[in-house]
Amino acid sequence: MESKLLVEERKIVVPGETLAKGIDYLPGFGTYKENGEIRSKILGLVKLKDHIVSVVPLSGVYIPMKGDGVIGIVSDVQIASWIVDINSPYMGFLPLSEATNEFVDLTKFDITEYFDVGDVVYLKVNKVTKRKDVQLTVKDRMCRKLYGGNIIRITPAKVPRLIGRGGSMIEMIKKKTGCHIIVGQNGLVWIKGDKETLAAKAVLMVERESHTEGLTDRISEMLDREAKKEGGKDE
Amino acid sequence: MLTEIDVEYVRKMVEEGKREDGRGFEEFRPLKIEMGYVKNAEGSAMVTLGETKVLVGVKMEIGEPFPDTPNEGVLIVNAELGPIASPEFESGPPDEDAIELARVVDRGIREAKVIDLEKLCIEPGEKVWMICIDIHVLNDCGNLIDASSLGAVAALLNTHIPKLKEDGTIDRGTVDRKLELSGIPIACTIHKIGSKMILDPTMKEEEAVDGRLTITTVNGMICAMQKGGKCGFTPEEVFKAIDISLKKGEEIRKKYFQRDVNEE
Amino acid sequence: MSEEKKLIVNGKRLDGRALDELREMEARAGVIPRAEGSGYFRLGNTIAVAAVYGPRQLHPKHLTDPLRAYVRCRYNMAPFSTKDRVRPGPSRRSIEISKVIKEALQAVIFVDEFPKAGIEIFIEILQADASTRCVGLNAASIALADAGIPMRDLIASCSAGKVDGEIVLDIAGDEDCEGEVDLPIAYIPRENKIYLLQMDGLITKEELKKAIDMAIKGCKIIYEKQKEALKKKYEEFEVN
Repeated sequence: MESKLLVEERKIVVPGETLAKGIDYLPGFGTYKENGEIRSKILGLVKLKDHIVSVVPLSGVYIPMKGDGVIGIVSDVQIASWIVDINSPYMGFLPLSEATNEFVDLTKFDITEYFDVGDVVYLKVNKVTKRKDVQLTVKDRMCRKLYGGNIIRITPAKVPRLIGRGGSMIEMIKKKTGCHIIVGQNGLVWIKGDKETLAAKAVLMVERESHTEGLTDRISEMLDREAKKEGGKDE
Repeated sequence: MLTEIDVEYVRKMVEEGKREDGRGFEEFRPLKIEMGYVKNAEGSAMVTLGETKVLVGVKMEIGEPFPDTPNEGVLIVNAELGPIASPEFESGPPDEDAIELARVVDRGIREAKVIDLEKLCIEPGEKVWMICIDIHVLNDCGNLIDASSLGAVAALLNTHIPKLKEDGTIDRGTVDRKLELSGIPIACTIHKIGSKMILDPTMKEEEAVDGRLTITTVNGMICAMQKGGKCGFTPEEVFKAIDISLKKGEEIRKKYFQRDVNEE
Repeated sequence: MSEEKKLIVNGKRLDGRALDELREMEARAGVIPRAEGSGYFRLGNTIAVAAVYGPRQLHPKHLTDPLRAYVRCRYNMAPFSTKDRVRPGPSRRSIEISKVIKEALQAVIFVDEFPKAGIEIFIEILQADASTRCVGLNAASIALADAGIPMRDLIASCSAGKVDGEIVLDIAGDEDCEGEVDLPIAYIPRENKIYLLQMDGLITKEELKKAIDMAIKGCKIIYEKQKEALKKKYEEFEVN
């Protein structure tokens, strides 16, 4: 079969749509190969890199992957472990051994001293088995309990766009709003600072317009406009 | 307990054109139909197809007609997949499998239009005969739809309509007339395993089935179809299945249901 | 003696359509923001809305399959959708329809990617004018794609039938109760495979072939409409 690419970058495709034919192209994320043709599995945007054809999703639930940083909410405490809701069809499991290096005498100590039901925590996904058992850890530099602030949920598929290439989008929003922002791969975003509402507005705008061009500039303009308004009011 | 190994074994055999019990792809297991099995029913039949056993009873009851057909009798089909028949069945109201089975058998008979429902009218708009067909699966060893459908038709073929008493109630045990059928609808389900099509799967073969197509035929025509399972059928496969069903239907009709029906 | 009503006069049906013409169609994606994905499909006066929730944790737990997602489908008619009010709640008919629609959709979803999870599809018929299961399935197919659930392809559904002895496409109105044959199918054009097929009524082999071919033609048109609805959701977006 002659190799042929049938779509261009950023084209919106639907499940079943043929993207490429022949052996020169390789199926990437969001695609499958059948009868020598690479087809899309999902509704999304075409991405081309070298000879790999992938489709970037526009929607979908969060499926945990090793190495992901996620914001979770503790939903249950057991004797030596916690169950954490990570906004996924799969619950996260945090064993005591992944919460601390210290020796803990369980006969005297109640682990709710570390995390209790309802606590918001930034964790890392340590391991995901084939059957989707998820093990978490807080023994990573960035991991900690989060206090105060505001949590927004966005579609997990839009997280890469919110972070931006090399973190460009999120760093820009942090700088212009002066807020602490932590973005979980699972679609939860934690914002804390004086201009929380403005930062939230920017985050939601990215989510809504994620598939369009020139987004970084538009967000930047919006933030400057709003900042000026605030400045005007204070006078 | 059936396992992956069993399923793979069946698939491999079928791919090579063979079946575990040595049957041809279009061959039914030994079939026995015993009419008049239940004395208290107005009609009944016990069907044994291989090791699958289905008992169908017909009760003639009196009831109100449907509002849009005030001059017609009523046909009702119900199926029970009770725990007696298989470790997979649970007791309780009919689940989606039992409901589908009943409705497929129902359509096969109803759409064949072999029963003159107007002849079952007692008082237009008020009182009609209701033909209540109840399918009782006693042992599930594969191919319940075909076995149940055969049972329902056989039961109808020996169904009699009782006389009515002076006060309008049913005089059970008496015979006013036989229920007449102007044709014999036969349901034949074609099962797809891989790219091959087989009839009458055993319990083990049924685990390997990817999809099925039930086709009911009567008087040289098709009167009902139902596809089940996950795999797709190409239009050509559908047409092939129709041919198989027409042929098998005629074969079964000639062998088991002569027009002058035995009244055991 | 009831008078035989003519359903086809001078080659045209009661609503003015040709024998092989589909009713007017409308398709949209994302109509229920709360759901993971949703779809709307209208064929003439039959309207269906579908919502997809999941993949998510499955309840009751004993249904979980350690190897793949468990797909659940509920087809339901709103009580006010028909001329005579339909009693709310599942009926034997709606349970059977839910089953055949589920089996068609299960065939295209990559269920192996979500072990132990559940994918739930809810179809509501808001207005019924025949071919409701077809319209419902079309909406569900859009909803699944809208939800980002990986599928081999979209799946389109449409009916054919026999009315006044003629084979027609897309049964509607009186053709449903007064017609002789009703044949709903669901089809994937690229594979040339049928995933839902039901038929009731007396028909010869030749007529049946003609009806299936006609229904397939209808499905191909509907498939394009579904594709359009999904792409439109993102292409139409105005940047402010």
